[in-house]
Amino acid sequence: MSPHSAHPCAPARPVKLECRSVWKLFGAGAPHYALDRPDAADSAALAEAGLVGAVRDVNLGVAEGEIFVIMGLSGSGKSTLVRCLSRLVEPTSGQILLNGENLLAANARRMIEIRRHHMGMVFQHFALLPHLTVLGNVAFPLEVQGVARAAREDRARAMIELVGLGGREMFFPRELSGGQQQRVGIARSLAVEPELWFLDEPFSALDPLIRREMQDEFIRLQSVLKKTIVFITHDFDEAIRLADRIAIMKDGKVVQIGTPEELVLAPADDYVAEFTRGVSRAKVVRAVSLMVPYPGEAEEAASGPTVAANAPVAEAAPLFAAGQAEVTVIDGSGQPLGILTRAAVVDVMMRG
Amino acid sequence: MSAPAHVPIDDQPLAQPHGTPAGAQATFWPAVWLIAGGAFTLLWLYGEPVAKWAFKVPRDWQIPAKRWIGDFMRWLVEDASLGLFTFTDLTRFIADLVDIPYRFVLGLLSTGLLDGRGSSAEEVLPPLSWIAVTGLLMLLGHYAGGRRLALLVGACFGFLAVFGQWDNAMITLASILIAVPVGVGLGLLLGLAGHRWHPVEAALRPVLDLMQTVPVFAYLVPILFLFGFGPTSAIVATIIYALPPMTRISLLALRQVPKEVRELGRMTGCSRRQMTWRILVPTAMPGLMVGVNQVIMLSLNMVIIASMIGAGGLGFEVLSALRRLDIGAGFEAGLAIVALAIALDRLSQAFARKGRRHAQSAGHEQGAGLGGGLWRRHPHTVAAIALVIFSLAAGLLSAPLQRYPEALQLSSGTLGSDLVGWINVNFFDQLEAAKNLLLLNVLIPFKRFLLSLPWIGVVALLGLCGLRLGGWRLGLSVALLAALIALTGQWPKAMVTVYLCGISVVIAALIGIPIGIVAAERERLWKGVEIVIDTLQTLPSFVYLMPAVMLFRVGDFTAMIAVVAYAIAPAIRYTAHGLRQVDPQLVEAGVVAGATRWQLLTRIKLKLTLPEILLGLNQTIMLALSMLVITALVGTRDLGQEVYIALTKADTGRGLVAGLAVAFIAIIADRLIAAGAARTRARLGLTPS
Ligand SMILES: Nc1ncnc2c1ncn2[C@@H]1O[C@H](COP(=O)(O)OP(=O)(O)OP(=O)(O)O)[C@@H](O)[C@H]1O
Ligand SMILES: [Mg+2]
Repeated sequence: MSPHSAHPCAPARPVKLECRSVWKLFGAGAPHYALDRPDAADSAALAEAGLVGAVRDVNLGVAEGEIFVIMGLSGSGKSTLVRCLSRLVEPTSGQILLNGENLLAANARRMIEIRRHHMGMVFQHFALLPHLTVLGNVAFPLEVQGVARAAREDRARAMIELVGLGGREMFFPRELSGGQQQRVGIARSLAVEPELWFLDEPFSALDPLIRREMQDEFIRLQSVLKKTIVFITHDFDEAIRLADRIAIMKDGKVVQIGTPEELVLAPADDYVAEFTRGVSRAKVVRAVSLMVPYPGEAEEAASGPTVAANAPVAEAAPLFAAGQAEVTVIDGSGQPLGILTRAAVVDVMMRG
Repeated sequence: MSAPAHVPIDDQPLAQPHGTPAGAQATFWPAVWLIAGGAFTLLWLYGEPVAKWAFKVPRDWQIPAKRWIGDFMRWLVEDASLGLFTFTDLTRFIADLVDIPYRFVLGLLSTGLLDGRGSSAEEVLPPLSWIAVTGLLMLLGHYAGGRRLALLVGACFGFLAVFGQWDNAMITLASILIAVPVGVGLGLLLGLAGHRWHPVEAALRPVLDLMQTVPVFAYLVPILFLFGFGPTSAIVATIIYALPPMTRISLLALRQVPKEVRELGRMTGCSRRQMTWRILVPTAMPGLMVGVNQVIMLSLNMVIIASMIGAGGLGFEVLSALRRLDIGAGFEAGLAIVALAIALDRLSQAFARKGRRHAQSAGHEQGAGLGGGLWRRHPHTVAAIALVIFSLAAGLLSAPLQRYPEALQLSSGTLGSDLVGWINVNFFDQLEAAKNLLLLNVLIPFKRFLLSLPWIGVVALLGLCGLRLGGWRLGLSVALLAALIALTGQWPKAMVTVYLCGISVVIAALIGIPIGIVAAERERLWKGVEIVIDTLQTLPSFVYLMPAVMLFRVGDFTAMIAVVAYAIAPAIRYTAHGLRQVDPQLVEAGVVAGATRWQLLTRIKLKLTLPEILLGLNQTIMLALSMLVITALVGTRDLGQEVYIALTKADTGRGLVAGLAVAFIAIIADRLIAAGAARTRARLGLTPS
């Protein structure tokens, strides 16, 4: 599957991070296990060798500015994969290319350099340093780099402001709620202005209400920051809300990569279908996929209600409530692209 | 990759499931025990005339370990060379490293800073006055724990001054102030090394095990030999004594740093040094502070023992009082050690907790710091400096402000003796009767019985126990250690140790386990009991010896009482803990089945708690052994006495061999009980806790 097939109306963006046939096997014999056999990835063959195939032959590419979600059940290898991408876990074989540079060939010094300046990571259980204040924690990555105190604290203050924790700089982590602690984790990971942002189940340890709030916050941040993001979750609703594209993992393998819409409309197998079953189509099918081409002149200004091309159908539905028969679909610059008919929308909504 | 996630904390030998079918096993082992028991009894009753060697190890079988060790030490001191320098140079260097800071601190606290040595020395600066020291520590208490702690610390140090223990206490405090930082630092470094390099940890583990089971006395002898009599030796011994727990706690605390926090360190691009000092150590700090507290308490525990090799101070007071049986004086100096221990313990605990309460005050300080001056930002520092200057000036003007006036000193000396006198006058007959009853009917027969056993039979039986409980490796090592005790000529003395330890442990269990059972189900009572046993465990072991000697004078009985008092805490604690952990659903199941309270306790709860109780007994045995060596002072005739004599004669070989024999007994008991506990646990289907 090509990483660029995804968005019909998004410009093809350059690939920032690429992962080529990456493997991670746990177990004593891992380095000697022959990966080029045809049945190398079979669970049976691995079990026989006494190995755990946490990541098996994964290929994927993350485009610049994209939110790429990796999703799967517990134990499917998500954390291991994301740690392979930052080389916190040394892959058994494969290539990880960041801006074309193979990370697995980088020496220790270069790796420190890359992690210091190009990567940020948010952890499931926050990983805040208990002896430092909020300010100290957020400034920590800069302190490690030897940035002068005034400069790093200025930067940290700005980040704390950005995540909405202004005024709590002098608090210690244990004095904050879970949601606030994770905001600190987010602020810290942003302090070095990373190009690549890894988030390993950042909201899984939070209650549903706070989680929702943090997702909104995350969407707001990304609209400002436009980072390249690898986001891990086991919650499909979260994936749909946030993702440009989703990779579904099962037992260490990537089963399918696609936009939320593609996964819902064309699941690759039963495993994916199982995830998407409960998802209302109206929430993932975008207006642009359902519209009929615009009948009039494209230059003609659209009259009546409009809806953005990328908006899910569910967002357009209320516009029909006033007895409207058609809604105009417009692109980012307000140009009409097509017409969404009442019948088409009702059809999608009825199918759940 | 970081360390594998599922390393068990203590790799005790686990019971191995046997391959034999259950039916065969049911008849196999009882038969083995029957045969072994029969053979043993036959040998014991009728073997003496036939096989004398089975009862007394023949002279030419004995391993001359004492001589070997003695020769080795002599070689070390006289000839050993480590390339560029000799071994003696090394010890001298270490001695200086300890001695110079010690002289400085001692100067500050007690002698005054001197220029030059010996009698020609001139005082450059007088020592801090009693007011200054007390005030400084109270300020420290206020900084770490508020007004209550300040008052407590003040009371403790006030006690020292009022009861005339000030000078001795300052000598003791000076050696503690050197031993604790060095012990903590070395322990942390060892812990860090073990954490980073797995082979180092693997090598450290058995060494730490051995160091914690060899009685302190045993290594006092070589230290005395290497460093000579004096405070330096005492400090070195204290450090060695306090090092193993600190190392262990460091290893544990470092291992408990969450994986994500390590990953954070790597993701932010920490260098190795930054990883250690910015991530691992600060995150592990609460755990490490527990270690610091341990080091302080152990150092205080060593005070009296260390005075045997020249520590001076309070320990020497107690020791010499014990030797001349001057109960009053000894008791007062002992109380002074306790006062010092309480003050330092609470101070270090407050500092450990302080991290948790820092935040609010940090907020305040920031606000105040902008407008306020130095005083408002650093009130404690400013107050401390002012106090020192003021007290120096005052001390020059008025002597009572420098030294606590003797006229105002109190002494409880007569009080202690009076109390003992009163008890002895009124209860002498009862006490004496109880003592004699136990001595004649239990202690002496048991001692005779143990001494009459054939060593070879005991070795074989122990080996069989090991085989049954933990497989052939355990059996073999247990038998080997027991045989070594015999072959180095320590058997009779070892039997006396086993007898004293065994009796004390049985009594401690008979008292402790019921207390644990009663306390376990009553929340309020348990709280009280917990406080009492916590306090018991912070007191230095010598304190237990005093009242026992007062009431029962010297002898085995006195030793036993002291050992029981010292070693009872774990028996209570583990029993209560175990009972409180029993799954309530199982108890409910019993209630539903109509069990009476007694049945609930005996059929369900105690059965499930058995492994915990065994571990508690194990701890009790370890404490009893360490206390036994100390009771050598009151005239026991066991291995402890042997070590003690070796110490007075500076006979390294004799001391080490006897000390190792004690360690072997401890290791045998520990391994057998741990294997037994693991077995019962496996049989009950409980997961190791
Ligand atoms: N250090 C390790 N040693 C051995 N096996 C490991 C190790 N780390 C992970 N595994 C195994 O690899 C597999 C994938 O684990 P991973 O933590 O990546 O899953 P995950 O998808 O992140 O799960 P979760 O949602 O629970 O976090 C699991 O079967 C796990 O047991
Ligand atoms: Mg995970």
